[in-house]
Amino acid sequence: MEPRVIRFRLNGEWVRLSVMPNELLINVLREKLHLTGTKYWCGIGECGGCTVLLDGEPVLSCLTLAVDVDGRKVTTIEGLATGEDDLTPLQRAFIEEGAIQCGFCTPGFILTAQALLRENPNPTEEEIREYVRGNLCRCTGYVSIIRAVKRAASEAVKSRRPGPAAGAASG
Amino acid sequence: MLPEFEYHRPASLEEAVRLLSELGPDAKVIAGGTDLVVKMRAGLVSPRHVVDLSRLTEIRFIRDEGDRLKIGAGTTLWEIENSREVARGVPVLREAVEEMASWHVKTTATIGGNLCNASPAADAAPPLMVHDATLVVVGPEGRREVPIGEFFTGPGQTVLGVGEILAEVVVPKMRRGQGAAFEKLTVREGALSIASAAALVEISGGRFVDARVALGAVAPTPIRALKVERALKGRPATREILRSASREAKADIKPITDVRGSREYREEMSVVLVRRALERAVERAGGAWA
Repeated sequence: MEPRVIRFRLNGEWVRLSVMPNELLINVLREKLHLTGTKYWCGIGECGGCTVLLDGEPVLSCLTLAVDVDGRKVTTIEGLATGEDDLTPLQRAFIEEGAIQCGFCTPGFILTAQALLRENPNPTEEEIREYVRGNLCRCTGYVSIIRAVKRAASEAVKSRRPGPAAGAASG
Repeated sequence: MLPEFEYHRPASLEEAVRLLSELGPDAKVIAGGTDLVVKMRAGLVSPRHVVDLSRLTEIRFIRDEGDRLKIGAGTTLWEIENSREVARGVPVLREAVEEMASWHVKTTATIGGNLCNASPAADAAPPLMVHDATLVVVGPEGRREVPIGEFFTGPGQTVLGVGEILAEVVVPKMRRGQGAAFEKLTVREGALSIASAAALVEISGGRFVDARVALGAVAPTPIRALKVERALKGRPATREILRSASREAKADIKPITDVRGSREYREEMSVVLVRRALERAVERAGGAWA
């Protein structure tokens, strides 16, 4: 088995590293790049804990061969904010709605919800439930998570609406 | 950690066929990887070579060709779920795909992978079976067409030989007067089928001029329910006839007991799923009950 050099855009920056063909993306992210926000949970594609965005779409890094992201764009939870001061509206909404308890599923939920709001900026509750059905949470009972996604969506809609105050802040 | 393997990424379907022919039976095709990686991790398969088809754009398409739809085997389930052509021409396939897995899985999982993995519970199969789809296979000897009813030979087994690749699914579109529906029983949305059923009917003059029924997860392969179909064809489209024909499903299937359900449960539920699928198919055909 020969190692391969892959190059991909990770959270906005190109990285280049050598991986084995049988290495999974989640292991490369966590163990080689030390991005431990991506959680290893079920390992068989049932829980969504290892969700990352690949070219903007949610995928499971526990089922993705690292060689497969060569040349592509990967976003992990670390790519959304550099610290508490620049959290995304979705991250703030999760905090404000108490949508985080143990926090293990949170990175996967946030990334899935982020992709959802880009596809469908104003989803109904049913649509939110459909899109996140691949993300499991054992603490919250989901209600607060759904509320957080709705809150982030409605705040984004408000800030986009052309108005004397909000208009300038959008973009 | 996965078992060790050599990784190949051919640049064309032709190259992939050549490569698979050379590598022989120790090679496995990977597309989305949502089945293969899970199986490799569980130690169920450990191929010496993995041939990645996920970047072959030549097998990733949905083409409307008048009375039929051509779907490239490398098309993702998410692309199928969001395709207007599929929604219009083969709505029962969209219905089944909607209920499969999760968004994260569907962005990478492909229709070809779902069929070639040949799970008895492959949800894409029953809708394609009631549509009498044809599978286009390319291989070292060229190209051949396989009716979907002849594709599966057992759990995880298909007619594909060494070097052969499923390239395309050709699906005759729904016609006026036809209606189709898919029913699935599962512990929660997106989970594997305990049992599933697809039905397609055509009603004219108050009679079933055509009736096709297929089931999943209740036999070694997805199957057509021929006894149910025979009990409907040519008969008046009444609820009574539909109900009694649905009971024939028990004679069409060979379910096993596993972690998802018992043989007896699957037998009883097959009848219910077939009836529900047929009833909704009749309603969608716009056919008034006779």
